[in-house]
Amino acid sequence: MSYPVEENDKFAAYAHPERLVSTEWLAAAIDGGALADGKLVVVESDEDVLLYETGHIPGAVKIDWHTDLNDEVTRDYVDGKAFAALAAAKGISRDSTVVIYGDKSNWWAAYALWVFTLFGHEDVRLLDGGRDKWIAEDRALTTDVTVPAPAEYPEVERNDAPIRAFKEDVLAHFGKPLIDVRSTEEYTGQRTHMPAYPEEGALRGGHIPTAASIPWARAAAEDGTYRNRAELEALYLGEAGLTEGDDVVAYCRIGERSSHTWFALKYLLGFDTVRNYDGSWTEWGNAVRVPIAKGTERGTVPA
Amino acid sequence: MNTHALPAPLAEIVDDFQALTEPERLQLLLEFSQGLPELPDRLKDHPELLEQVVECQSPLFLTIETEKNDAGSPDSVRLYFKAPKEAPTTRGFAGVLHEGLDGLTATEILAVPDDMPELLGLTRAITPLRMRGMTAMLGRIKRKVAASAAPKA
Repeated sequence: MSYPVEENDKFAAYAHPERLVSTEWLAAAIDGGALADGKLVVVESDEDVLLYETGHIPGAVKIDWHTDLNDEVTRDYVDGKAFAALAAAKGISRDSTVVIYGDKSNWWAAYALWVFTLFGHEDVRLLDGGRDKWIAEDRALTTDVTVPAPAEYPEVERNDAPIRAFKEDVLAHFGKPLIDVRSTEEYTGQRTHMPAYPEEGALRGGHIPTAASIPWARAAAEDGTYRNRAELEALYLGEAGLTEGDDVVAYCRIGERSSHTWFALKYLLGFDTVRNYDGSWTEWGNAVRVPIAKGTERGTVPA
Repeated sequence: MNTHALPAPLAEIVDDFQALTEPERLQLLLEFSQGLPELPDRLKDHPELLEQVVECQSPLFLTIETEKNDAGSPDSVRLYFKAPKEAPTTRGFAGVLHEGLDGLTATEILAVPDDMPELLGLTRAITPLRMRGMTAMLGRIKRKVAASAAPKA
């Protein structure tokens, strides 16, 4: 870890406190000139592609989850070469501490963090509470375009296996816990897309058999910060029934909301093996001869 | 399709977008989001008079009203939108449609091709997923205009 880790009581209870920073910590780091030499880089990643332009944390650079991190042609993430070019252009070196924040309780920020982790970027953290908390606290915003000094970033081959599950992996995972983080209506099959979101064309509504339903936002408090350790344990160990050491797969619709849950399970509760199934319901709901369960019951392991 | 098929104010906006590079187009969309007028007071206090376009990623509400003109000329259609400032892309689309269509006649609005949003050249920068919201917004306006223009039985 190249930049000092924040120490406070809430974070200390988490398995990996070094993965979060608070708004106070970030504001102090920026005031202290931390952004000057590229040791600390702040990245905004939002659902709305224009939100950064309306005002952002001074010195923050923008990375768009869709246009920067996805490959247009392969329905996959960018490769090592493209990621190296992106990081370098944003002033990020391999040893930079990267703090990511965004709108909607960091849902897209967590997704960007997960993609950084596919490339093994060591020190990448989330701003607890994200953009909304920063603004609610009346902290500094600017519309000045950040022009980072280009950095050097090595071409690293993406390593998907530890944190990314494909459809075949999920089929082989039956018998071990799955967490569905979509809304209850999507889980039961009443609807195939998020309330108030575009119909994304899943042919069937329902969930992956045996998956527990824990909508992602339940891991976030009203101010967009993660709930404390005891609350997260009640949710995932209590309600979802996970036990220590479990091998877990989380999914949603396209893998964005489940990145938020993946972060909570992996870094806040300390599950070693947590994978995000980014194909999620848009793939599973449409796949031929792949079983689903409907209704509120989790369902049973398919024969 | 070319801009000749579009009403003059909308054609002008499309030409403006097409003359720009991709990053400049995003900047222009941002300016449209800032230019979207506030709702008049009589609608502000009556959210039930607006309809939500659910295909938009962020909450977007709209309604239309018809305004009588002098005898002989057809009624004008007035458009009203509401979208939060945290959703500048959605607001920007609403701003384009407001500036391009507000005050036109029902016939003019109904003649706008459904795939007009594609002409703005934003699909790559905004992503097809986000463009769907704008297409849905235009579709909703046209459906409402068609419904209010239909002869009452």
